[in-house]
Formats: sequence, structure tokens, C-alpha cells
Amino acid sequence: MSQVKSLADLRKLKEDLQGKMSLREKSNHPESMVQVKVAMATCGIASGAKQVMDFFINEFDKRNIHAVVTQTGCMGYCYAEPTIEVTIPGQEPIVFGYVDTKKADEIIEKYIKNGELVEGIIPVKYQSIETNKENK
Amino acid sequence: MKDLSLHILDIVQNSISAGATEIKISILENQGKDQYLIEITDNGRGINADDLGRVTDPFFTSRTTRKVGMGLPLLKQNAERTGGNMSISSTPGKGTSINAIFGLSNIDRPSMGDIGGTLAMLISSNPIIRFIYSHTTAAGSFKLDTNEVIEMLDGMSIASAPVYNFLKEMINENLMEIQFS
Repeated sequence: MSQVKSLADLRKLKEDLQGKMSLREKSNHPESMVQVKVAMATCGIASGAKQVMDFFINEFDKRNIHAVVTQTGCMGYCYAEPTIEVTIPGQEPIVFGYVDTKKADEIIEKYIKNGELVEGIIPVKYQSIETNKENK
Repeated sequence: MKDLSLHILDIVQNSISAGATEIKISILENQGKDQYLIEITDNGRGINADDLGRVTDPFFTSRTTRKVGMGLPLLKQNAERTGGNMSISSTPGKGTSINAIFGLSNIDRPSMGDIGGTLAMLISSNPIIRFIYSHTTAAGSFKLDTNEVIEMLDGMSIASAPVYNFLKEMINENLMEIQFS
């Protein structure tokens, strides 16, 4: 039977990773990294945002893309959850809706790696009918 | 919500939004009383007395992006469905405490689910918040304090994929040892 992991094993993991990490630390300026924010309010969580975030964390590591994955609140697009906001350094953030792991893969391969836009973008200028009324 | 770990992920987001720097999540599986207790305590800005009575109303929220707030009402509904209940106490400026009681053996009680993944995700997305998790069953107890994790990492970032995966596996393995449900 294999041993149950403990915090002491974490130190071992740390030593194994040290070499690999130091490379990454050098380029550790958030503004020079791709940033992915996963909307994680009730609506997002209920629609599977946790799996999507897990996917991003692991895939960025596997594909060797330097990126920061964090959580954010509800952006108001509950109908399109799970939603994510992707910021490529030097560019405007883009919000994608209906992101499952398949869509997430497409976003990494096409948008993050090649800058190609993929379907599912929620326009920034989007306004609900009510906010439109208030403006008039 | 499909399982209790998703409820926890959801409720803890409230604590994070309230600016908490320390969040305690305690689970007690009490076979004697046939209760499954979930307690989430934070040191965030708290909820004022007026709002405290309204937080379980699905049409009340502090957000401006939408008009409904389902997190606490869903948790309350799920707890009540298993013969339990949910209570909230809060002191503005001091923090908030959420107490949910589920019927342990009730067939409608969702399972805990991937709590390791939930905690690892919360820890790696919020490296400045101290999370203290404890889980007690008849077979024993497990405790995790992010301060101890940070000490072990000795300067290495807590927000990296290998650490995230390690924490997830470690938590789930240890909880299996104490036969969590």
C-alpha cells in the first residue's frame, strides 16, 4: 500500500522543483504573463467552473505556458457560465462564455498561443436592457 | 450544487469578497447525533444587522452585477432538506460565521466531493489568505493550516501547478484515511 502524503513530502517536492522554478521566478512579472480569471460565484461554480480552472492550472503547466490562473466573482453573465477573462500581455482583456474543458483547450491553442479569436466572446460593450434605459 | 465541497467553495468566496485574511473551515461528522456540521468562520468586514436577516433571501445580494444571490439560500435549502438547518452570526468589523447542519445519514445529504481540489484551488488563488481546515470523523481527524504549508515551501510560491496538485492529493488521501463521507 502506498504511503499517505504528508506535509513533509511537500519539502521533497519543493527540492525537486527548485531548479525548474528558479527559471520561472525570473520571469515572474504578472504583467508579462497571460492572466486567466475564472468567474467563481454561485452561478459559475454550479456550471462547472471548478473543472475549468483545474484544467487551466494543469494544462498551462503541461504545455509550458507561463500564466496566472485566478478566481474572480460573477461578471454578470450568469447565463453564459462558466465564463473566463483572458488577458494577453499588452492587450485588452477578453471575456469568453460557455467555457467547458473542450472550449478551454481551444482558447489555449488558438487564442493564447496564436492570438486567433475563437467563438464565444462576450462583447465588452454589452449592456443589459435596463442599463440602456438608464442611459437614455 | 452537486456536492458539499462546491457549497464550501461558494460560501468561502463570500468571505474572500468581505476582505478576510483568515478563513476557518471546520467539518464535524457526529455519528452520535447523526449530524454533519460545516462551519465557516472568517475575519472579514462582517454583515450589518439589517442585511443579516436578508442574506438567505435569494433576491438579496450585495453585488451590483446581478440582482440575485443564491449561495446561502441554496446551502440553507440543502441543509433543511436533510433535517438540518443553517445559521449565520456576524459582527460588523469582526467577521462572519456560517453554521450548516446536515443530517449525516440522510439520503438527501450530498457527499463531500472533491474537497481537496476545492481547498487547493482556494489556497493557490488566494496566497495571502490563511486557510485553516479541519475535518473530524469517528475514525480520526485531519487538519491543514496554510501557514504550515508556506513554512514547508520556504519561499517557493504556493500558487504553482505542482503544489496545487500535491495539496489536492494530500488532502483527499488523508481524508480517505479517516473515512470521510
